[in-house]
Amino acid sequence: MNNTKITETGNSAQSVFLNISQVDMVFPTPTGGFTALKEVDLQIDKGEFISLIGHSGCGKSTVLNIVAGLYQATKGGILLNNKEVNEPGPERAVVFQNHSLLPWLTCYQNVELAVKQVFNKTMSKGEMKEWIEYNLKLVHMDHAMDKRPDEISGGMKQRIGIARALAMQPEVLLMDEPFGALDALTRAHMQDSLMEIQSELNNTVIMITHDVDEAVLLSDRIVMMTNGPEATIGEILDVKLARPRSRLSLAKDLEYNRLRSEVLTFLYEKQRKVENISSKAVKPPAVVKKRANETN
Amino acid sequence: MSSTTVKITSLTITEQAVNIVKNSLTKMTNALLLPVIGISIFIFLWSITAQSIHTSLGDFPGPNAVVKQFSSLYLEHKTERKKATEFYQRQEKRNAAKLAKNPDYDAKIRAYTGKETFLDQIVTSLITVTCGFVAAVIIAIPLGIWMGLNKRVNLAVNPIVQVFKPVSPLAWLPLVTMVVSAIYVSDDPMVSKSFLTSMLTVTLCSLWPMVINTSMGVSAINSDLINVSKVLRLGTLTHIKKIVLPASVPMIFTGMRLSFGVAWMVLIAAEMLAQNPGLGKFVWDEFQNGSSDSLARIMAAVVVIGFIGFLLDRAMLQIQRKVSWDKSSVNA
Repeated sequence: MNNTKITETGNSAQSVFLNISQVDMVFPTPTGGFTALKEVDLQIDKGEFISLIGHSGCGKSTVLNIVAGLYQATKGGILLNNKEVNEPGPERAVVFQNHSLLPWLTCYQNVELAVKQVFNKTMSKGEMKEWIEYNLKLVHMDHAMDKRPDEISGGMKQRIGIARALAMQPEVLLMDEPFGALDALTRAHMQDSLMEIQSELNNTVIMITHDVDEAVLLSDRIVMMTNGPEATIGEILDVKLARPRSRLSLAKDLEYNRLRSEVLTFLYEKQRKVENISSKAVKPPAVVKKRANETN
Repeated sequence: MSSTTVKITSLTITEQAVNIVKNSLTKMTNALLLPVIGISIFIFLWSITAQSIHTSLGDFPGPNAVVKQFSSLYLEHKTERKKATEFYQRQEKRNAAKLAKNPDYDAKIRAYTGKETFLDQIVTSLITVTCGFVAAVIIAIPLGIWMGLNKRVNLAVNPIVQVFKPVSPLAWLPLVTMVVSAIYVSDDPMVSKSFLTSMLTVTLCSLWPMVINTSMGVSAINSDLINVSKVLRLGTLTHIKKIVLPASVPMIFTGMRLSFGVAWMVLIAAEMLAQNPGLGKFVWDEFQNGSSDSLARIMAAVVVIGFIGFLLDRAMLQIQRKVSWDKSSVNA
């Protein structure tokens, strides 16, 4: 039912900024090919914030890795500014789920490694230093520049990871569940920071998330994926909430709650994962019952 | 009322002091007293068993005899050094006298050719093991990195490593000896053949733990870090320098420590058979000598070998602590 819509946008693919075009992904397994993705097709404009949401194992990360160039699509491909993407590069910076900072370098040095690689020819040493410090300030981490990753908290590490990605001045920022490993309060704080940075830099972002609130709060469009195998884009939801957005005032907003329930409906009604999670399936061992009887 | 509170606080202060003293006492016991007790029991058992073992070279040496040999070995070293200086002084005197008679006289100083003392032999052993080990490091670490980065290389080389790893130095030695005497022919050799043979045997045996650990460390690098490198498009050399080496330093050092231990053990055997003037030769010569002191002198050498091996391991550990970013990987 979505096919008509996809082909419509597909026709104007010539002028889009980032074009994920009819991507199939087949992983080789001992028993034959496993089709993880089937005809994933998405066009993204410059400056757009896209969330990919779906149940775990539906191939969200695979999509991101293909855009990053870490995987090669079996069929179809990625066009960035009408140029095909087939290897990783700093113009498509990735923020990894578990920060993946180099543990033997300080925060400053971690960002420096990226800056040196990308701006080797275009920046002087002094300019690089300024640029690194600017990016660390952007994520409010300039106070911990000389600390090693194991000396700072998980949220701080993720900030440094974001600073490193931003410092590459990427055309597309790819984020793989950037706040998935953080506690709820830190996550909310990081989301606010990200919105603040986004309003300043207006990056093109693709973010994977499991969190419905996060998706609605941050995105311009929410791309909802069907369950794998042969996962594809199920529905696309436009989020037309005015920016800047505040989580407090949005909590009572009708449109916000409508969007939220639409995503929830998609995830838990249309694409419900059939898993046996009823408590009856797991019986407690006999000892527990016996003890319970004794206390009674 | 106020006096009671004062009493209470003073009491808690004394209690605290007692606790602190208690804690430091237990720490002292753990660090000092227990090892001392262990060593004392060992020495006691040693002296008792030693008395009841009779060999053709007299009783098995007890702790007393060994301590006596330590001092006599040191005395021998001192007298030998004295002889050497006297020898050089005599030469200088003679040369000066000849020069006074004939100004055109070409004065020569001949080297002292006395026998090496125990201390000289320790130094020789340390030099030999270091050279052998460094040669092994130069081969093993690049090879290990290559194997870790490239699965195909690993599959090709790994069987060879696995087969050669358990080979005893004594099996290599005759081969190394023959190869060295065939290839290393020179009128004015820089190092002696026995040194080269011992060194190469050490290299051959200490290579493998390092190769295995390095390749394992490199292949186990977190794939996220590899992806970071890919996204940044780091070149191969930068990739190795900035990501691979630092990431695998803990494993590389574990391999190096294992290898150094192996090297020191192999060295003694190699020196024995190659007749390199080190600790191994000392043990062998004393065994062949067969005097009533021989066993005590060998036992003294055993203690020294063990002690040096222990110190070398500690030294490697200190270097590892300094170099490694992952302090949790550095265990004693």
